[in-house]
Amino acid sequence: MAEDTIIDVRDVHKTFVSETKRTLWNRLTGRHHVEKRVEVLKGVDLVVHRGETIAILGSSGSGKSTLLRCINKLETIEAGRIYVNGHLIGYEERDGELIAEKASITAQKRTDIGFVFQHFNLFLNKTALGNVMAPLRDVKKLSAAEARSVAVPNLEMVGLADKMENYPSKLSGGQKQRVAIARALAMEPSVMLFDEPTSALDPELVGEVLAVIKKIAQQGTTMVIVTHEMQFARDIADRIVVMDQGVIVEEGPPSRIFTAPQHPKTRALLSRSGILPA
Amino acid sequence: MDFINNTFAVFPALLVAVPVVVQLALGAMLLALVLGLLIALARISSFSVLRGVATFYLEVIRGTPLLVQLVYIFFVLPSIGVEIEPVPAGILGLGLNYAAYLSEVFRSAILSVEHGQTEAALSLGYTPTKTLWKVVIPQSFVVSMGPIGNYFIAMIKDTALTSVIAVTEILKTANILNSQTFQTTAIYTAAAILYLIISLPLSRIVVVLERKARANG
Ligand SMILES: Nc1ncnc2c1ncn2[C@@H]1O[C@H](COP(=O)(O)OP(=O)(O)OP(=O)(O)O)[C@@H](O)[C@H]1O
Ligand SMILES: [Mg+2]
Repeated sequence: MAEDTIIDVRDVHKTFVSETKRTLWNRLTGRHHVEKRVEVLKGVDLVVHRGETIAILGSSGSGKSTLLRCINKLETIEAGRIYVNGHLIGYEERDGELIAEKASITAQKRTDIGFVFQHFNLFLNKTALGNVMAPLRDVKKLSAAEARSVAVPNLEMVGLADKMENYPSKLSGGQKQRVAIARALAMEPSVMLFDEPTSALDPELVGEVLAVIKKIAQQGTTMVIVTHEMQFARDIADRIVVMDQGVIVEEGPPSRIFTAPQHPKTRALLSRSGILPA
Repeated sequence: MDFINNTFAVFPALLVAVPVVVQLALGAMLLALVLGLLIALARISSFSVLRGVATFYLEVIRGTPLLVQLVYIFFVLPSIGVEIEPVPAGILGLGLNYAAYLSEVFRSAILSVEHGQTEAALSLGYTPTKTLWKVVIPQSFVVSMGPIGNYFIAMIKDTALTSVIAVTEILKTANILNSQTFQTTAIYTAAAILYLIISLPLSRIVVVLERKARANG
């Protein structure tokens, strides 16, 4: 593995099986029971280098979110390997077999992976500042004063210095997403994963969130962004990855992907978004 | 006018029972909160034995009258050598009973915390257990405040049932007074008013708690 490799996804396969028991504990620990099967990732390989910004494009249902969720073990996988910073995620390998690792070890590895959700997922009983401080206190075990001194600059960076005491119910969608970004960043992860961070926002609020993500990219943060914002992807990504039906069909620099796409699915996607003539 | 005067006159004698009621209600509520949370956790756990035991407990408690449960604890348990004083027996009976109902409050409150928040916590490095205790349960407590308050008021009124197991709470005190003075109307009116005086301010507090819970939701 090259030294500047942050994410290394190797031949990952993921099949969804409809669950029979949806107890809270099953959902928390990611245990599921078997019935119906849909293969959503059919052998995905992806390498992300330090400092790189990757944009994943693809039509709805192509497996983009699932891939991102597998990278921090919000989903299980059946085959393949995912390494983040050299650590195998979610499993131990014994004689070539994947064996589920202890939840506490997975949790530790997740602190190195920031995740930003489409629907923000802020803690509703905490203020903006409380949201950013919570994992610093609960996971990193910082004192209140230390957590605050880490949280405040992160909230300032996303432009929310004046909203720190607001509860989520008193924040706009764009502000909520910026809190969520600050909360993930404050943990100082090696990589930030964004799953359609602006898809749930009113159009007039998209810009403020994209501006923050761009700022973070320019600070050299390694990131992978799933997005339908083509112009944004073209603008900030070092590399575009195109997915279709559970596989990566094409990848390359935006300058080439957006002007001379090779794969018919990429061409179809770009013409549907009005970037290529139909 | 005699009736009103008599009612007032009886009051001090009944007030003596108020500390007993407070003791019963607070003790039983504490027991019900702790046991109720444990039952709720057992009901959502992935261990089927735990789920089974908790569900069985729930069915037994909800399927039998509280009065019978109190009588059972006080009059039947001694036959197997377990003798409990009236007040502790009352606390135990009320607590075991209300634990079943509170567990349902907790369970639905826990399940009402949106899954997105638990995923966010996991993605930030919380372990499943820590997610439960730091993210899910604190929020379910906020949601549960109103219903818990209402059950507390109901429990205060149910302390009257412990009069049958020799607890000298308000009703029993009234019964004793009645057998001595035969001022039946004045005594039981005073008793009813005393329950009202205790529960009315509490229901106001519950309303405020519910409004607060909604404001942050
Ligand atoms: N929990 C689940 N159980 C069963 N099937 C699922 C589950 N989550 C996703 N799927 C299925 O997996 C496929 C890929 O879903 P995924 O969310 O990864 O797509 P996506 O590329 O992110 O799409 P979108 O652009 O709509 O977000 C879809 O067919 C979806 O229906
Ligand atoms: Mg998606």
